[in-house]
Amino acid sequence: MEDHDSIRARVRDLVARHDPTATAPREFLGHRFDAGLAWVHAPVGQGGLGAPRDLQAVVDDELAAAGVPRLNAARNPIGLGMGGPTVLAHGTDGQRARLLRPLWTGEEVWCQLFSEPGAGSDLAGLATRAVRDGDSWVVDGQKVWTSLAHHARWAMLLARTDPNVPKHQGMTYFVVDMHAPGVEVRPLRQATGQAEFNEVFLADVRIPDTMRLGDVGQGWTVATTTLMNERVAIGAAAAPREGGPLGDLMSLWRDRPDLRTPGLHHRLLRLWVRAEAARIGNERTRQATAAGKPGPEGSAAKLAYAAIAQDTARLHLELTGADALGYDDWTFRRSEMTGSGQVRCPGFHYLRTRANSIEGGTNEVLRGVIADRVLDLPREPRTDTRTPWKDIPR
Amino acid sequence: MNAAHSSVSAPSTRSAHRANPPIPSLIPGDVEDDLRASLRALLGERSSWQRVLARLDTPDQPYDEDLWKRLAQDMGLAGLLIPERFGGAGATAREAALVLEELGRFLTPVPYLASAVVATGALLSCSPWAERDVADELGALAAGSLTATVAVSAHRAPRAAFPDEVVGVLAGDAATLTGTVPRVLAADRADLLIVPVLVDGAPHLALVHGGAPGVTAALDIGLDATRPLGTVELRGAQGRVLAGPTAAAAILRHALEIGAALLASEQLGTAEQAFETAVDYLRTRHQFGRPIGSFQALRHRAADLWADLAAARGTARYAAACAAADSEDFPLASALAAAHVGEIAVRTAEESLHLHGGIGFTWEHPAHLYVKRAMSSAVIFGTPDRHYAALAELADIPGP
Repeated sequence: MEDHDSIRARVRDLVARHDPTATAPREFLGHRFDAGLAWVHAPVGQGGLGAPRDLQAVVDDELAAAGVPRLNAARNPIGLGMGGPTVLAHGTDGQRARLLRPLWTGEEVWCQLFSEPGAGSDLAGLATRAVRDGDSWVVDGQKVWTSLAHHARWAMLLARTDPNVPKHQGMTYFVVDMHAPGVEVRPLRQATGQAEFNEVFLADVRIPDTMRLGDVGQGWTVATTTLMNERVAIGAAAAPREGGPLGDLMSLWRDRPDLRTPGLHHRLLRLWVRAEAARIGNERTRQATAAGKPGPEGSAAKLAYAAIAQDTARLHLELTGADALGYDDWTFRRSEMTGSGQVRCPGFHYLRTRANSIEGGTNEVLRGVIADRVLDLPREPRTDTRTPWKDIPR
Repeated sequence: MNAAHSSVSAPSTRSAHRANPPIPSLIPGDVEDDLRASLRALLGERSSWQRVLARLDTPDQPYDEDLWKRLAQDMGLAGLLIPERFGGAGATAREAALVLEELGRFLTPVPYLASAVVATGALLSCSPWAERDVADELGALAAGSLTATVAVSAHRAPRAAFPDEVVGVLAGDAATLTGTVPRVLAADRADLLIVPVLVDGAPHLALVHGGAPGVTAALDIGLDATRPLGTVELRGAQGRVLAGPTAAAAILRHALEIGAALLASEQLGTAEQAFETAVDYLRTRHQFGRPIGSFQALRHRAADLWADLAAARGTARYAAACAAADSEDFPLASALAAAHVGEIAVRTAEESLHLHGGIGFTWEHPAHLYVKRAMSSAVIFGTPDRHYAALAELADIPGP
């Protein structure tokens, strides 16, 4: 059985064999995977050691102490945050063997083919069809809001395999090769002028049945794993006091007394308090999880994050004065980064944060989740969950 | 070790916001969980809202004296913050905050906040400077045989100017005090009054016995009758000087900061109870042939309140943990919790009343008790706006 000391010894052995300062980062990540130190709770041979999940922190601390830079998740955030956990939870040994190592090293980027023009908050209403044909499936449909599709080798695909049963029961989950014939990726221009996302058109795309994740008809269950990881990934980032976009706003406020007004001061103080409360709340959630007393507070984190990010960006724009009326670049181009990490003008961040209350679950969907799963309130009456999918008006 | 003891002399710095102070553990341990469970069982039986409500019919007996004796003497809770060398439990603000959370949940009419937190905190800060030791008083407070209060109007914020209601004349370490202080927490119940007093314009703190000649304390009619307040009148009353101009203002401020920090936990308890009552109602009340909790408008309101309360739990526990650890971030943490939890508790109590519909506005339902407690608590030790103003200084967020 692995413990702190044995994990620490394994990390030291890894660093001793492969000098991180003299090894290319991706190559080092490969060695780390092979040593079972990618995600220690995974089985041996699949990037892990079959060890308790909380020992992962020992790996991270020990590597940091050895001067190994923290894993840069920016290249493959969807793979690391959602694809990996989903394959680990629901994949076959063959799928894990093929997919996990290049996902971990960033050699193969992942994207997510869930949302459709007709299925946003009501994801289970999706219409992309997968029809069985011998040992493979043939897929037709259209997906949207797909980050990184133009870089991706693999996609998590949720498709309808049985239109004659109620919506949640007729879906199946696949891993699709984005290089397969019939996959077409087009950049989708957003309100900011740039394209962080894509539309993905699927026309007679063949997927071998060996790339099905979970049983036929079990797609919703598998997708829930992906979605839970998405909300955690978005809401749980630990930040220092005045970290991130708030820090930029505070610097501007302190540096430019001439821009201050009483109304903005009032709003800034309230924003600062909410941001600090969210930061303390995230830390509390982390402590509770580490202490084995996890509470449901994490589901509130993304709601708070969206509101704080939006208010920060709006206040920053208003404080900016004449420059608030300008914009840096309307050119239609792809962005290699998503979200608030981009160094752009206040107008960009103001516009970009409008999506924060929509992407990754709208505020309304999240409130529904809290009402159902945390507060156990009576469900809203629905007609669409018992009707065959093909009979639902759309 | 005791939180109230040592941080008075350290002036709060304006650099705390840049230092990114570490966040202490905010998760209760097993001992705290046990204390909470036994308190909840006791108060559930002895301080049900029906009993609290019934007591409003006897306004001349506002306190539950039997329950106070049980809590203060039998369970030793009055001495939580008092070091063992004075006969206390030598616990920390974390445990006191937990007690307040449960007292807030049950609106228990006992002078815990005034006596065991604020007055005790002030006395503990006094002792290094006091003309005479206050060991006897602390021992009596720890034993629950006496109660005390700081004779300031309860709405006063920690960073407000030193009170000028009472003036005094010194003779050695004795003082003759004159003045009137309205809206003092537990004034009528206090055996000891810690009185801020100006002597030739200079701040002092004096200790006055509640029964001494020239001292009267009359019960006020309060917005929240479950937390009695009174008016203290001093007419040539004799007191003993506890602190002079070098320390009096800092001691008072620190005591009120401790009060504000831990009041946030009490507010959290009240708000959680108000919220849970409302959620129960949403599950059971039927209109239009459905439980009203199945209507999205109400489900989403409840979800937002829950998310707010989750955040409030964090800032309240952070303030208590900073007090317990005597953290450099404590003054900021106190103002943060007071501003944040105060507003959320008021909104939660008001929403709880609203979500109950007409029944929530009746005397025979507890919703009004939570509104009165939450609203008056948001005024005690300064309104949220006063605490935002404090944060502007403490976190270096200057105004125009």
